Amino acid sequence: MTAAVLPLLEFTPPTIDYVRLLPFLIVIAAACLGVVVEAFVRRTWRHEVQVGLALVALVASGAAIVSGWGSDSLAVVDPIGPDQPVGSVMVDGPTQVFWLMLVLFALLAVCLMAERRVYAGRNAFAPMAAAIPGSQAEAEADQASLEHAEVFPLALFSLSGMMLFVAANDLLLLFVALEVLSLPLYVLAALARHRRLASQEAALKYFLLGAAASAIFLFGCALLFAYAGSFDFDLIALRYDQGAAADRLLWAGLGLVLVGLLFKIGAVPFHSWAPDTYQGAPTPVTAFMAVCTKIAAVAALLRLLFVALGAARWTWQPIIAGVAVVTMLVGPVLGIVQSNIKRLLAYSSIAHAGFLLTGLAGALTVQSGLAADQLGTVASAGFYLMAYGLATIGCFAAVTLVQSQGREVTELSAWAGLGRRHPWFGLVMLVCLLSLAGIPLTAGFTGKLAVFSVAWRGGYWWLVLVAVLAAVVAVYVYVRVLVLLFSRPASDQVEVKLPGPATAVVLTVTVIGSLAFGLVPGPLADLLAQSSTFLRSVHN
Amino acid sequence: MTDLYLVLAVILFSVGLVGFLIRRNALIIFMSIELMLNASNLVLVSMSHVHGVLDGQVAAFFVMVVAAAEVVIGLSIIVTIFRARRSTSVDNEILLKG
Repeated sequence: MTAAVLPLLEFTPPTIDYVRLLPFLIVIAAACLGVVVEAFVRRTWRHEVQVGLALVALVASGAAIVSGWGSDSLAVVDPIGPDQPVGSVMVDGPTQVFWLMLVLFALLAVCLMAERRVYAGRNAFAPMAAAIPGSQAEAEADQASLEHAEVFPLALFSLSGMMLFVAANDLLLLFVALEVLSLPLYVLAALARHRRLASQEAALKYFLLGAAASAIFLFGCALLFAYAGSFDFDLIALRYDQGAAADRLLWAGLGLVLVGLLFKIGAVPFHSWAPDTYQGAPTPVTAFMAVCTKIAAVAALLRLLFVALGAARWTWQPIIAGVAVVTMLVGPVLGIVQSNIKRLLAYSSIAHAGFLLTGLAGALTVQSGLAADQLGTVASAGFYLMAYGLATIGCFAAVTLVQSQGREVTELSAWAGLGRRHPWFGLVMLVCLLSLAGIPLTAGFTGKLAVFSVAWRGGYWWLVLVAVLAAVVAVYVYVRVLVLLFSRPASDQVEVKLPGPATAVVLTVTVIGSLAFGLVPGPLADLLAQSSTFLRSVHN
Repeated sequence: MTDLYLVLAVILFSVGLVGFLIRRNALIIFMSIELMLNASNLVLVSMSHVHGVLDGQVAAFFVMVVAAAEVVIGLSIIVTIFRARRSTSVDNEILLKG
C-alpha cells in the first residue's frame, strides 16, 4: 500500500451546547450521584434517598425538555466538518418527543421499582445479588431485610444511554449509546428476589445475544465507515448522493446495522431473547425494558434510516416490510400458545414491533412528499409507542400484584376469575389488554390506524392487508386472557395485593392515558405531527 | 491491497460468528464475540488509513473501552451463574423455555 500520510490535525474541540443537552446531563448526573449515595448513605436510608433522587432527576429532566421545546439544533458541533456544520448529537423535534416519552415511561418504571408494599415491605430485588441462590448468606441477607438500591442508578444509566441513542447523529456515538443502554439492563435482569436462577439465566441469555447483536451492529458501522469515510449521518447521506450508489460495502453495512437495531426492537428473527428475558427478569425491570428499550431503538432506527440512508430507501423499504410480515405473524401466533402471562406479553411486544415496522416500511416523510403537519412515519410511530408503552406498563404493573405466599404468580391458569373477584383489577387489565389489542376507543386502535394508514399511503397496501390479518390473530391472544380473567369459577390459589401508592399511580396513569388518547387522539397527534421532522445539517 | 484487510476482517468476523453459533460454553461464546469486535476494529483502523482521516482510529479506542466494560458485566454474570450451578454450559440453562 502506498503510504498515504495521515493529516496531522490540530485538535479543535467540538462546540457543545450544554443547555440543549441539559435533559440528558441531568439524568446521567443523577445516576453518578446515585453511585456516590450507595457508598456514603446508611443502608437503612438508601432506598428512600435513591428513589427520591431518581424521581427528582426524572421530573427535572422532563421540565428541561419542555423548556427547550420547539427549537432544533445540533447540540455537539464538529469543528472539522466541510462547509455545513455537522455534529454527533442532534436535538430536534423527534429527539425531544422521544426524550419526553422515555422520561415519562422511566418515571412509571421507577415507581414500580420503588414499590415495597406489595412485596411485604421490601423491594422486588435480590437481598444480596452476590450470594449464591439458596445459600446461608442469602438467607441471612433476607432475614436482615437487605435490599439492592443500586437498581435506581442502573436504571438511570440505562435511560441516559437511551436518550443518547435517540439523539445520536453519528454511528460511533450510536454504538457507544447502545452499550450504555444495554449494559445496565443485563445487570438489572439478574436481580430478581425470587426465582433467582431463572433471573440469572435470563440475564445470561440477554447478555450473550445482546453482546453478539452489538458486535454485528459494530461491524456494520465499520463497513459503513469504510464506504463513506465518516461516521456522521449527514456525511454518509452526502456520500451516497455523490454517487457510488450500488456499493457492496453500503449494502453489507446497512444489513448488519439493521440486525443490531432490529434485535433491540425485538423483531423476528432476532426475537428469541425476548420471552426468556421478559419472564426471568424482575417484573419492574421487564416493564422498563419492554417499553423504554423499544422506544429508543425505534427512534434510533428512524433517524438512521431517514437521515443517513434516506436516499437509499428503495432498498431498505422491502427489507423492513419483509421483517414486519414475519414479525407480526410469528408474534401473535406464538402468543396464543403461551401459558405464562410474562411470556405472553413478550410475544405481544414482538407482535407490536411488527406493527410498528409497517409504518417504517411506508417511509412517509417530508422528503418523500408528506405535507407538513400531517401524520407521517415518525409521528405515527411516536403515537403507536405511546399507546403500546402505556398499556404494556399497565399490564406489568398488574402482574406484580398477583401473588401467592409473597411470590408473583405468572401462570395464566392461576389467574382464572381474578377480574370477577376484584373488579378494579379486572378493569385495569380490560383497558390495557383492549388497548394492546387495538379495539376502537382505546389508544392502541388510534396507533394502529396511524401506522397502517402511513404504510398504505406509502404504497405498501399489501402489507396493511397482512397487518390487519395479524391484528385479528393478536386480538384473539388478548381476548383469551380476558375471558380467563372473567371466567367462573374464580381461582382461590392466588391473592391480588392492594397496590401501594407508587403502583396505584402507575395503574391510574396507564388506564387514563390509554382511554384518553383513544377518545381524544387529536392533541397528541398534532403535537407529534408538528415535531416529527428530522433536522439535517447537509441539505441536498 | 486494502481489500485484503477487509477480507481478513470478514474472515475474523465469520470465525467469531460461527464460534458464537456452535460453541456451548458461555466463556468461549464470549471470546467469539470479542473476536467479532476486533474484526470491526481492523476495518476501522485500515479504512481510516484509506480515507486519510483519523476518525476510524479514534473509534477503535472507543470500541476497546466498550469491550472492556462489556467484559466486566459479562464475566460477572457468567461467574455468578457458575457459582450457583457449577457449570458454564449454555445447554444447562433450561429453566426458561416455551
